[in-house]
Amino acid sequence: MASGTSWLSRAADSDIWWSFKSSTLTVIAAAVTVLIIAIAFLSPLIAPHTPFDPSTLSLSDGLKPPAWMQDGDWAFPLGTDDQGRDVLSSIMYGTRLSLVVGLASVIVSMLLGISLGLVSGYVGGATDAVIMRIADVQLTFPAILVALLIDGVVRGLISVQRHDEIALFVIIGAIGLSFWVQYARTVRGSVLVEKSKEYVQAARVIGLSPVLIMVRHVLPNVTGPVLVIATINLGLAIISEATLSFLGVGLPSTQPSLGTLIRLGNELLQSGEWWITVFPGVTLAALVLAVNLLGDWLRDALNPKLR
Amino acid sequence: MLAFILRRLVQSIAVLLTVGLVSFFLFRYVGDPITSMVGQDTPAAEREALKEKLGLNDSAPVQFIHFIGNAARGQFGLSYRTSEPVNRLILERMPATLELSFCAAVFALFVGIPMGVYSGLYPKHWSSRLFQAVSLIGVSLPTFLIGILLILLFAVILHWLPSFGRGQTSTFGWWTTNFTSWKGLQALILPSITLGLFQLTLIMRLVRSEMLEVMRTDYIKFARARGLTNRAINFGHALKNTLVPVITVTGLQLGSLIAFALVTETVFAWPGVGQLFIQSVQFADIPVMAAYLMLIGLLFVLINLVVDLLYFVVDPRLRGPGTARAGH
Repeated sequence: MASGTSWLSRAADSDIWWSFKSSTLTVIAAAVTVLIIAIAFLSPLIAPHTPFDPSTLSLSDGLKPPAWMQDGDWAFPLGTDDQGRDVLSSIMYGTRLSLVVGLASVIVSMLLGISLGLVSGYVGGATDAVIMRIADVQLTFPAILVALLIDGVVRGLISVQRHDEIALFVIIGAIGLSFWVQYARTVRGSVLVEKSKEYVQAARVIGLSPVLIMVRHVLPNVTGPVLVIATINLGLAIISEATLSFLGVGLPSTQPSLGTLIRLGNELLQSGEWWITVFPGVTLAALVLAVNLLGDWLRDALNPKLR
Repeated sequence: MLAFILRRLVQSIAVLLTVGLVSFFLFRYVGDPITSMVGQDTPAAEREALKEKLGLNDSAPVQFIHFIGNAARGQFGLSYRTSEPVNRLILERMPATLELSFCAAVFALFVGIPMGVYSGLYPKHWSSRLFQAVSLIGVSLPTFLIGILLILLFAVILHWLPSFGRGQTSTFGWWTTNFTSWKGLQALILPSITLGLFQLTLIMRLVRSEMLEVMRTDYIKFARARGLTNRAINFGHALKNTLVPVITVTGLQLGSLIAFALVTETVFAWPGVGQLFIQSVQFADIPVMAAYLMLIGLLFVLINLVVDLLYFVVDPRLRGPGTARAGH
């Protein structure tokens, strides 16, 4: 019964697939997202240059405009920056880093939020009160401020050089820690509802461990809402990473994400070299817009009230 | 109502104490205050004496109480980076941030509400669809990117407006203002649009959905039956009833404006508190970070409190004996 084809045909028959197919905008958004992800993760194979290998760079290639403009060169389709790095290849590698940070920090905040929400709802009492008050205080501040603060604290604890080496993990941790509250609240609410139901009481009576009850019986009830929060937060996390890197407290210029590329290009904007900033910016905007459209669609598709 | 206000006050104080605790831990345990004051080479005995004098050998709770006491008087010590008093650094830069946030809020309200009303009244009109598309882009584009694109268009290509700094300012006491000269006002335009755009889209979407809902209600139909003019119906009856959530959201967003000003300030090299905070993060300048955290915490708590109290002013249903609704 559980053969691959029957699963596929059931999926093709489902409401969600139908609602996906009938929304042209969502299909375009999904296609753009998949395309960007594919290009980003295949960048070592398909990028025309390796922009961060100093031996392949030549300063005489510096500040070339995009190929279709005067003085352009088709070896560098979107032009080069002041170091002679190919903008197109930088964008490919940069998108990969932005996506890695975005996905990893969403996973961090999801795991943290789900486990704190489960514990808070299931244990209750003082534990619940402490976790939820911390959540309240954190919600008082915008997430970007929390992430900045965590980043600043880590900088205070370790040396600058050491910080550059672990910048990727610092920024994933900082963004991850600043977005957990929404998951925790959703999961906690659902745990409170499920906890009093008879099947959970039955599971307790037959002596299943609390961890098993939570993971096997309570968690499946929240996959929908958690998935929606995760998709919407992916867009936010990518924006947060780009903003932190733009502010100069994210990824260093030896390891540039889209935000770092925009910051580096911004220094040359005044003298008219717009392509170094604009192309990474357009890529970032397209990625976030596509992910947000997918998130909006998923929220509506999984909302039973709107069906 | 009094019980509600008291409960909110207690909550606010608890939030502030928590923020104070975080600031205190930053201040005391991240980085070494002694080394940052006298340098690495000072003999151990001298360091110990200084530690005793500054009260760093007291127990942690005593130090915490001292810290809160100093914070309440606005004393946060010296910046690690510039060795100036932190409160003076912040006070010098406060007017720039407040003026920028004020202009951004005015822009968001006075453009966002009319756009929302219009697209709520005529949802099928092409300009309403355009507003919707623009608002989707406004939500998806990061603030700093909007700022950069505005600079590229209006400063680099068209040369219409300045792209960095406050331009010309005049000083009144400790307050420096942009509002007295044409150059100063020009410098405000691009940063205010950048900072206010996200709030504008938020307000527009909110007013639009509220208007759509209100226009379907019976009392609007009845107002039409009474033969009132469109103007009286749209603004006197419909808009007035959408304003409760708008006040709430705008109030709560005011805090975010001041916090998000840090991104806009970096893009436009605007010498405000946010830029100071970014520099302090880059240099791990803990006293400035702790002070900024306390300041923003206080601001957010105050705004939340005022917005909660505004509910009572705006919505008559919450006043009087019906307040005990929580008990039902």
